[in-house]
Amino acid sequence: MRLQDKLLSHLNTQGFVFKISEEPLVTLSADAPREQLALQCAHEECTLILSKHALLDVAKQLRDEAQFSFEQLIDVCGVDYLSYGVDEWVTDKATGTGFERAVDREGIREIPFSGPRFAVVYHLLSLKHNQRLRLKVFLEERDLRIPSLIELWPSADWFEREAFDLFGFLFEGHPDLRRILTDYGFVGHPFRKDFPLSGQVEMRYDKTIGRVIYQPVSIPERVLVPKVIREDSRYAEGEYPHD
Amino acid sequence: MTELHNYTLNFGPQHPAAHGVLRLVLETEGEVIRRADPHIGLLHRATEKLAESKPYNQSIGYMDRLDYVSMMCNEHGYVLALEKLLGITPPVRAQYIRVMFDEITRLLNHLLWLGAHALDIGAMAVFLYAFREREDLLDCYEAVSGARMHATYYRPGGVYRDLPNKMPQYTPSAWRSEKETREMNEKRQGSLLDFIQAFCEAFPQRVDEYETLLTDNRIWKQRTVDIGVVTAERALQLGFTGPMLRGSGVAWDLRKKQPYEVYADLDFAIPVGKNGDCYDRYLVRVEEMRQSNHIILQCIDWLRKNPGPVILEDAKVVPPPRAVMKESMEALIHHFKLFTEGYTIPAGEAYAAVEHPKGEFGVYLVSDGANKPYRLKIRPAGFSHLAALDEMSRGHMIADVVSILSSQDIVFGEIDR
Repeated sequence: MRLQDKLLSHLNTQGFVFKISEEPLVTLSADAPREQLALQCAHEECTLILSKHALLDVAKQLRDEAQFSFEQLIDVCGVDYLSYGVDEWVTDKATGTGFERAVDREGIREIPFSGPRFAVVYHLLSLKHNQRLRLKVFLEERDLRIPSLIELWPSADWFEREAFDLFGFLFEGHPDLRRILTDYGFVGHPFRKDFPLSGQVEMRYDKTIGRVIYQPVSIPERVLVPKVIREDSRYAEGEYPHD
Repeated sequence: MTELHNYTLNFGPQHPAAHGVLRLVLETEGEVIRRADPHIGLLHRATEKLAESKPYNQSIGYMDRLDYVSMMCNEHGYVLALEKLLGITPPVRAQYIRVMFDEITRLLNHLLWLGAHALDIGAMAVFLYAFREREDLLDCYEAVSGARMHATYYRPGGVYRDLPNKMPQYTPSAWRSEKETREMNEKRQGSLLDFIQAFCEAFPQRVDEYETLLTDNRIWKQRTVDIGVVTAERALQLGFTGPMLRGSGVAWDLRKKQPYEVYADLDFAIPVGKNGDCYDRYLVRVEEMRQSNHIILQCIDWLRKNPGPVILEDAKVVPPPRAVMKESMEALIHHFKLFTEGYTIPAGEAYAAVEHPKGEFGVYLVSDGANKPYRLKIRPAGFSHLAALDEMSRGHMIADVVSILSSQDIVFGEIDR
């Protein structure tokens, strides 16, 4: 039996309601009721999208039920959907301003992403059944609390610390939620889309004071290659170049 | 008399046994470790965020710099994720070349690990021998890509170019006489495949030499047997992969279980340990070197018999050859678009994993249909291994921390990213 069928038949009996989709991005409101789930399958991979209230319960079953037995938590990471689908260069009409369109950041099309801003993504691996599953929990910026999976899989320890460091998720129940990758005394969460690529502060040695100081970054940020989203039919059904 | 309390010791980031830039805060009671707290991130370069600001192909070079002793395996994970989302499959010859270079990379990695591990424990000679072999393997990297380490050789759709028919030659200089140069060039007269084959035929005896030095060595055994024991069950819980997991007795190898490229057609065995201590992990990696050598020989055999294209002829992803670009308008347009804007990848997300010399190296890629990754997450193999250092070293002596650390095969390029 395929993994998605096993998931459907097992979780349906517990009152969970499924939305099944093959869309490239499936979202679930951060305030969605506990019973609401979405299942997305693409590229021979399954993603189970669930509410944070159901996370611990479902994860425990995925680990302990013999038909799933996901013994390993391979990875935990965050995604910030703030600028999802927003390109830096609109090229569907002619212009007289030339390359300025990419340099001038005011011209950037601002359509904020309509779904919840953040997602925490878990990758599970079952050695027994040789299968993988991705779990996804959407969070809103106003409430970044999410239960920690460290009790179920001890490997969550550092991965959750990393997600906290880079995105600011608060994993409830994690015994030691310290920053891990950034510098001692770092301010902010650098992998959020509104954190500049070159950072906020730079460090240098000040000769007059005779010590190392932090100061605001002096180099302005610039876009070398603008982000472009092509809506042509290059990859539409049956249009793959190798066909 | 005052009572002695726990003593906190700072190990690294400048310690030679810290394998780069690890700062380890050790809480000790006498010489016994009570707690080990690794502070990582001193080499954090935000590779994933940098990749978000660049077209897809420009980030391949960043992958080399993650685990900078197994360069091409990192590229492989990234390129596989791109190919999954693009829905393309490289030609078979390219797949064989990738497998061959993955295994060369595994040798490179394990040789450096073996040398450094032995050096940490106090055996100097192995390091020198291991580097003698690495030299030849790095020459293979150079012959095929022009760079000795950061190759940027794998591309979505295949590999950058076919294997050369001639090895690069040394030239005489003020430091090197004609006679010396001739001797150095003696084994480089044939093609790259001849060179690798000659290496592979000599290599098993070289591994025997290392084993003579270490495997039954009394000091070596005293320093590694029953040190840092991890049971199979615990290894799974801690997220171990690769040789760390196999050392604990779990026969799990992505090359066998979730075969990518042509691994399903090749003959090799998966060595598995019994006790999950540093000694077993050593034995597993040494046997892996022999198996890799066996795989490389099979690839050479196939590659000799089957010439063909090494990259897709798909101008929407792969830039056209330079000679064609100068003649054809169509090709020039493709060239221009690919090098200014790059290709766009359909919206979606994918996770691709390879059996990296250190464990499972995974790339999780989210695309929103643009010419740059929306989010790229690299799942480094060593990250969860180092996270377990605290648990593995509790109750051991300070000197054992060094054995445990180096048996984990830690490289900070990939852990800090």
